[in-house]
Formats: sequence, structure tokens, C-alpha cells
Amino acid sequence: MNGQVKPLLAIHGLATRFHTFEGMVNAVDGVDMEVFPGETLGLVGESGCGKSVTALSILQLLRCPPAEIRGRILFEGINLLDLGREGIRKIRGNSISMIFQEPMTSLNPVLTIGEQIAEAIVLHQGTSKQEAWERAVEMLQMVQIPEPGARARDYPHKLSGGMRQRAMIAMALSCHPQLLLADEPTTALDVTIQAQITSLMARLKEEFETSIVIITHNLGLIAEMARRVVVMYAGKVVEEAPVEELFKEPLHPYTQGLLGSIPWIGRKLKTGRRELQEIPGIVPSPLEMPEGCRFHPRCPRVMDICCEQEPPMVRLAEHRRVSCWLEAK
Amino acid sequence: MALLEVRNLKKYFPIKTGILSRTIGDVRAVDGVTLTLERGETLGLVGESGCGKTTVGRSILRLTEPTSGQVTFNSQNLLELDREQMRQVRASLQIIFQDPFSSLDPRMSVGQIIAEPIRNHLKASRAERRDRVAYLMEKVGLHPEQMSRYPHEFSGGQRQRIGIARALALNPMAIICDEPVSALDVSIQAQVINLLIQLQEEMDLSYLFIAHDLSVVEHISDRVAVMYLGRIVELATDRELYQNPQHPYTQALMSAVPVPDPGIRKQRILLEGDVPSPLNPPSGCAFHTRCAERNEVCTHEEPTLRDLGDGHWVSCHLR
Repeated sequence: MNGQVKPLLAIHGLATRFHTFEGMVNAVDGVDMEVFPGETLGLVGESGCGKSVTALSILQLLRCPPAEIRGRILFEGINLLDLGREGIRKIRGNSISMIFQEPMTSLNPVLTIGEQIAEAIVLHQGTSKQEAWERAVEMLQMVQIPEPGARARDYPHKLSGGMRQRAMIAMALSCHPQLLLADEPTTALDVTIQAQITSLMARLKEEFETSIVIITHNLGLIAEMARRVVVMYAGKVVEEAPVEELFKEPLHPYTQGLLGSIPWIGRKLKTGRRELQEIPGIVPSPLEMPEGCRFHPRCPRVMDICCEQEPPMVRLAEHRRVSCWLEAK
Repeated sequence: MALLEVRNLKKYFPIKTGILSRTIGDVRAVDGVTLTLERGETLGLVGESGCGKTTVGRSILRLTEPTSGQVTFNSQNLLELDREQMRQVRASLQIIFQDPFSSLDPRMSVGQIIAEPIRNHLKASRAERRDRVAYLMEKVGLHPEQMSRYPHEFSGGQRQRIGIARALALNPMAIICDEPVSALDVSIQAQVINLLIQLQEEMDLSYLFIAHDLSVVEHISDRVAVMYLGRIVELATDRELYQNPQHPYTQALMSAVPVPDPGIRKQRILLEGDVPSPLNPPSGCAFHTRCAERNEVCTHEEPTLRDLGDGHWVSCHLR
């Protein structure tokens, strides 16, 4: 990717916090990232790292208050945070759409699949209901749901998990969005169904030329789908790299630990070791973030400075950055 | 003789309807499962949701009463025992559950939770129990000072450690681990897997390790059994399974697991459709509706599990 291509989405200094009874929770704390036209960006991290809140902040799907979103989210040069309620509604489901982890809870149980898809088409494209319904059926066919005409008249509970996720994807793509935010799109599904959904997403991405941000904790999925990866930990970006470099030469001790801790088929036979590499300790509570680098209490290579000062973001190349004192010298 | 031997285990859940609760059919959750677990061994049991793997684990312990079959543990036929005898057996055959949030009583302190099996099975003074609990907590990597705390004060990984400490309380010979790490984050998952491996080496434990995640199962197990719709379709050593999977379902399952290496572009076998309903399983081989290699015989004749040599068993007409 060269410097001349303008990013489709550019996030600068995104900070999302929640006012809670126990205090302020800084779920996302100063995140910068870019998404380019037609690419798939992987956003990876464990629960509570702020990856989902980042996506929800982009579409402002958080109730404010208690949430408070700051920073700039530029989509084709326009700051989404300046748009207001009506403005963002025109974007949601239209030029940016989202698919969620839970295909059961994110579909409306009292509307048929077809009605739900048609609703967005009528709203954003101003078509007639009849036309929208036909488009909905077409979309269901596109995501390879058998007998799309009949399924469009079904309610969500009649569909299996994999079929529901296909319907979600059909809905998300119905207005040909430029950007698709996929938040753990296959986590609730069995692996054979996951494989169906990922190959479907890859095919549709080619067809619609949609940019995708895939948000997941599954590094296997990242390796398979993403071109570039952003790793988050405790509300901050810790590392960014093209996918091959991230897996070949991870720089942040957290990324290294994460890659060392996952079992993969054949790992034991190839490495001859049954034990996995561990990251000791647990993710810090967002109410009591450690001083300095947020990873320092779990870091095997911790130095004095890590406990006192937050590490700077070190840019090593285009799309290659790491936030660690080891690289800051 | 194997420590645990399961023969032709079946569990049918009746479907009842109407005021008279007439039985109109059965969900064949487990339909003739045979397996053995040796002393000190880890046997993985893997399959997708609804394949019956959890029901196998629960039926062995008679937490759900099996419909028929034979379960021999430590030379005792478990299905002939009365309640009290079964209770005694559970001292040496323990279970760890998937959900560390719902498997611990929120109104009991951690000390009480871990001490409960000791109180139920052994005559021990309060001080002895306390010492034992402290020892167990240390063993699973918890601080004994936290004995009087309650489950909600612990993270998911720590709660799973509490469940493991409780399972270890009576020095069991075998533990049925039902999805012990699937609710945990990857970095915590590695901690718990390592803990289980380490405890096994120290205490000569046998594990029946039930999980849906093939990469986790393949990693921890010595032998792996693959289940589909209530039956075992393939059983082999981890090496055989990795290098030489035979059943078309196993092959598809292995190819579907994403590999954390962007350099690998593997040939993926995509299965069509969903797992059929166990209420109305397909005739013949249960997998034939999704199998790319099916032929005439698969649709009407049920294959049996056959030994291909070296302890590699497969249930397929074509192999």
C-alpha cells in the first residue's frame, strides 16, 4: 500500500470512556488506526481490550451518557463524531455496516428475515417495499441461503446459527457499504460453519469491494483473513504490522506471548513440547490500570522505566509500529 | 485393563407431547459410543455442538442416566451401582465443567467449595480440612489467603482453578474435563492447559478431555476420538490423527480450523449445510448427507468402527 492512497477511515486519538458507579472506565484510550479502501484489517485482542468498543464508537452505537466518545473518526474525510444523531443514522447500515457475534440476539425476533433486510433498503435507498423485498431475497441468495424466497418469510428462530449469521451478512451488505465492521463474526459458530462463513465473506468482499475490519481474539482467523493487523491491550494499540510480519516477527512482548500461548494442530509434534508459553497474571481491571506501560505487570522483559512511564508509539515503517520501551531506544 | 471402559453407551432423550406426555420420538444424543481410557492417559473427545460429547461425559458419571451400555471404571460396573456406591465412585472419578461462572455456588466461600468433597467423603477435623484446602489452592496456583473470598471476586481463569482444586480434593484417578478452557481468553487458556498437564504428571491423572476446539484437544491429548451425531467416527493417536486423518468428517474438521500462520494457504474442504437433527438422523452413515465421497452403500448401511492398525479406528465404508 503506498502513501498516496487515502484511507477510507482514519481514527485519531479515539478515547471512549464510561461513567460507572465504581468510577471512570477508560475502555478505549487514545487509539489511532487507518483502514484503506478494499483492505481487510484485523483488530485483535483479548476480552476487555477495547476492540469491540472501538467498533461501536465508530458507529456511535453506545448510549451517551454513560459513554463519552472523544477524538476524531474521519470517514472519507468527514468526522463522524460531528454528524449528530440524524447524520450518523444515514451512515449506519448504509456506507458503514456491522455484523455482530451473536446472530440470535442481534436479529429482531418479531420481524421476518426478509422484513429486516428490506427495512434498511427502504430507509437508505428510498426504494418501494416491493423492490426492497426483491433485493432482500436476492441478498439471501447471494449469501447462499437455500430457498431464499421461503427463508425470507421465516422468523430468525427458525434458522440455525450459521444461517442466521448469513442473514446478518446479507443485511449488512444490502446497501453495498464501503466499510464492514465484523465483530467476532464466527465466534459463536462451529468450525465447519465458521469455514463456510469466512469463505463467504472473502468472496463477497471481492464482489462488493468492501473494506472489512475483522475484530476477533482468534489469531488463526486473523492469519487467514487480514492483510494488516492492529493488536490492542487494555484500551491501547500496542502493535501494528502487516500480517506476515506480525506472525514472523512480533515485536511487543504481549504479541509474542499471545502467539506463544495458542495451541495449533501439529504444534506439539513440531515443537516437541506439551507446555504452552504462558502470559502470567490477568488483564488489569479498567478501574485500576497499572502505571507506566499497562502490560508491565505481566511482561517477561519488564524494565524500571516500564513501571513509571507510558511507552511512546515507535513508528518503524509505514504500517509498522509498536508501543514498547524495548524499541524506543 | 483400562481404567475406564465405555461399551456401546447410548443415551436417548424422549420427546414428549400433549397432556398425557406421550413419547413421540427420541433424540439420540449418544448412539453407541465405545472407548477406553488408560491410566495416566489423556483421551480427547472432540466434535461440534450437539454431537453428544458432553452427554458422554455426564452419562459416564451418571449425572444423566444412560439409556443402555456398559461403563466399567476401576473394575466396577458403574451402571449397576446404587446411589451410595455411585457417590463413593465419584470420589475417584471427578468432573470439571465449562462455565466457571455457573459451576460454583455463589453463596459459598472458595474454602467451603473446595472443602465440600472432603467434608462429604472423609472424616477430617476442621483444621485438617483447612490445611488440605490451603494445599490444594497452592497446587492450582491460587493464594490460600483468599480462602474466605467468594467466587465473584475471582476472574474466569481463577474460577476454573477453583473448580480444578475441588476436583482434586479427594485424589481422584480420573477427571472428566468438559470444555474446561473454552470460556477463557487465549492467554488464560494456556495457563489452565499447562496447569492440567503439570497436575497430570505429578498425580498420575487420567483425563477424558471433552472440547469442540480441535487444536486444543489435539494439543493436550494422547489419543483423540472424533464424534459426529452421537457416534465416534474416528479414534487415533494424536500423531496419526494429525498426519493421517481418515474419516471425511475428520478431514473436513481439520481443514476448517484456521492456522495461525499467514504463509499457509491450505486446501479447505468445505462441508455443505448444517449438522442434521439428532431427532431424525439420516439413514446409513450419519455423515452421508454432507460427505463429498458418499456412494450408494453409505445411504442405507451404517458403517462400524474398524481397526486400521496401530490403534487407529475409523467408521467409514470407504476406508
